[in-house]
Amino acid sequence: MSAATKAMTSSRETTLSPVRKTTNAVMGGLILLATVVVVLPLILIFLYLLREGFASMFNLDFSKGFAGAFQNANLNFFTHVPAPEGEKGGGMLNAILGTLEMLALASVIGVGVGVAGGIFLAEYPKHPLMPTIRMISDVLGGIPAIVMGLVAYGLMVLTMGHFSGLAGALALGFLMIPIVVRTAEEVLKLVPQTVREAGLALGLPKWLVIMKIVLPAAAGGIITGIMLSLARVAGEAAPLLFTAFGNNQVSTDPLKPMSALPLEIFRGATSAYDENQRLAKAGALLLIAMIFVTSLLARRFSRLK
Amino acid sequence: MIEPVKRPAVNSSLSSASDRVFEYIILALASIIVLVFLLSLYQLGKESWPALQKFGLSFFTNREWNPVTSNFGAISMITGTLITSLAALAISVPLAIASALFVAEYAPKWLADPVGYLIELLAAVPSVVYGLFALFVIAKGLSHWQQSFFTSPEKIATYTHCKSLWDAGTTSFQCFFVPISFDGRGLALAIIILTIMILPYTASVARDVIRLVPADQREAMYALGATKWEVISKAILPYARAGIMGGVILALGRALGETLAVAMVIGDSQDSIKSIFSGASTMASVIANQFGDAQEQIHRSSVVTLGFTLFFLSVLVNYIARIIIARLTPKGIQ
Repeated sequence: MSAATKAMTSSRETTLSPVRKTTNAVMGGLILLATVVVVLPLILIFLYLLREGFASMFNLDFSKGFAGAFQNANLNFFTHVPAPEGEKGGGMLNAILGTLEMLALASVIGVGVGVAGGIFLAEYPKHPLMPTIRMISDVLGGIPAIVMGLVAYGLMVLTMGHFSGLAGALALGFLMIPIVVRTAEEVLKLVPQTVREAGLALGLPKWLVIMKIVLPAAAGGIITGIMLSLARVAGEAAPLLFTAFGNNQVSTDPLKPMSALPLEIFRGATSAYDENQRLAKAGALLLIAMIFVTSLLARRFSRLK
Repeated sequence: MIEPVKRPAVNSSLSSASDRVFEYIILALASIIVLVFLLSLYQLGKESWPALQKFGLSFFTNREWNPVTSNFGAISMITGTLITSLAALAISVPLAIASALFVAEYAPKWLADPVGYLIELLAAVPSVVYGLFALFVIAKGLSHWQQSFFTSPEKIATYTHCKSLWDAGTTSFQCFFVPISFDGRGLALAIIILTIMILPYTASVARDVIRLVPADQREAMYALGATKWEVISKAILPYARAGIMGGVILALGRALGETLAVAMVIGDSQDSIKSIFSGASTMASVIANQFGDAQEQIHRSSVVTLGFTLFFLSVLVNYIARIIIARLTPKGIQ
C-alpha cells in the first residue's frame, strides 16, 4: 500500500469522530435493550400460562413427581360445569359452549353489516353518505368495549327485563362491525379496476359485477378480516359483564343468561377460592390457544389467496 | 362510416332497476352502522340523564363518590384514567419505537420476523389474561417487596413517617413511592400492566410506518457519511413521525378505555392518591366493578355517565389522531 492511500484511509477513519461513533453504538445498544424489555413480558406470560394452565386444564399435580402427576389426570375441564363454590373437580363446559354460541350469533351482525359496509365504502365512493358512514365506522372502532356493553344493556337487558346471551352477542357484534368494515373496504379496493370494467363491458349490471366478480376475488382477504375480528372479540369480557352475565349451567338458549370464557376467567381470577383460580388459569390457556389458532389460520388464509 | 353500437334497451332498463335495488340493500345494511352509533348516543344519554340533571356539571368537578349518601362526582376517576393512561403511554412509547426500529432497521430477517410476530401476538392477548397474569404473578412480586416495609426496622421508620403524613392528608415526594398497603394492587400495578398492554399497538404501527420510509431516504443520508443512528434520528424518524404519532394517539384511546385488566388490579378506591401504590380507580374500572351492584337509580345513572364521558373522550381522541396525522404527514406522502 502506498503512503498516499494509507494517509487517505487513516484520514477517512478519523472523519468519524469518537463522539458520533459512541453515540451510534450506545443508541444501538439501547434499542436492542428496549426490544428485549418489550418481548420479555410476552415470553413470561406464555411460559406462565403454559406451565400453570396446562396443569390446571388436565388436573395434573407436578408436586408428586413426573409419574405421579398424571394420577388424577382427567378431562373434566372440557366436560363438566363449575363445581359448587368451595368444591373441587369442576370444568368450564358452560363457558366454552357459551363463547362459541355468542361468537356465532355476533358474526351474523358483524359479518352482515360489516361486509355490506365495506362494499358500500369501496364500490360507491361517490355516494353522498359515504364520508359520514366511513367516519362513523372509524369512531365506533375507537369506542371502548365496556361502553358497548352499557349500550347493549340498555337496548336488550332493560327492554327484556333479564340478562341474555343474545344481549352479549349484540355487544360483541357491534364491536366486530368496524373491524370487518375496515378490512373489507381495504381488500375490495385492492381488486383492480380493470376487473370491474371487464365485467361491465360484458353487459353485466353493477350488482352482478360486485357479487360474482369482485367479492369472490376479495373473499380471502375478507375472511381473514372476519377471523381477526372474531379473535379480537372472543377475548372481550367487559361487554359481557352485564349483558350475558354468566351462567353456571350449560345453556344454549340465547334468551337466557349465558357464560363465556373471558367472563369465567375474570370471575375466577378475582375469586378467593383456589379451585376457581385453577379454572381461570386453564380457561386463560384455552382462550389464548383459540385466539392464536384463529389468527394463525387467518394469516394462512390470506397468504394462500 | 361505422355506426355506433347501440346498447340493447331492454337489458339496460332491467339492469338499472336491479342495480338500484342492490344499492338500496347495501345502503340499508351500511346505515345500520350509523344507527348503532345513534342508538349508543341515545341510550347513554337517556340513562345518564338523571345523574346529569341532579349534579349538573359539578359531576365532573366533585371529589366525592359516595353510594351511601348518593353523592357522586367523577373527578377521582377522571384523574385515575388520565394518570394511568398517560404514565403507561410515557413508558411504552420510547420502548415501542425502539423495538420497531430494531425490527425494521437492525435485526436480520431471521430474527426480525419472529420478534415482529411475537409483538403482534402480544396485541391479541385478551385483557382478562393480562389481568390474571398481573394478579397472580406481578402482584405477588410487588407484594413481597412491599411487605419489607412492614418488617425491616429502618423501612418501618420510613413507613411510620409517611403514615403520619398520609393521615394528615398530605404526602411528600419520597412518601409517594412508599407502599401504603402490601397486597400489590394499586395504581402502580395498573400502570405496569397497561404499559405492557399498549406496547404492541404503538410498536406495530411504528414498525409499519418505518418500513414505508423509502430506501432513497436512507441511502441519501448514508451517502453523506452518516452513522446508522444519524440516519435513524435525522432521516427515518422525521419522515415517519406522523404515522408514529397516529399510533401513539390510538394507543392512548385504547389505554383510556382499557377495562378489565385495570379493574382487576387497581383496587377500586375513590380516595385521593397519596402514594403510587395506593388503590385508585379509572372510569372504565368503576363501570366494570360497580354497575352490576348498583342498586339505586342515581348510582347506576352516575356510572353510565362515566361511560358517556368515556364515549366522548374516545371520539375526541380519534379525531385528534386524524388531525395530527394530516398535519404532520410530510408533503408528498399520502
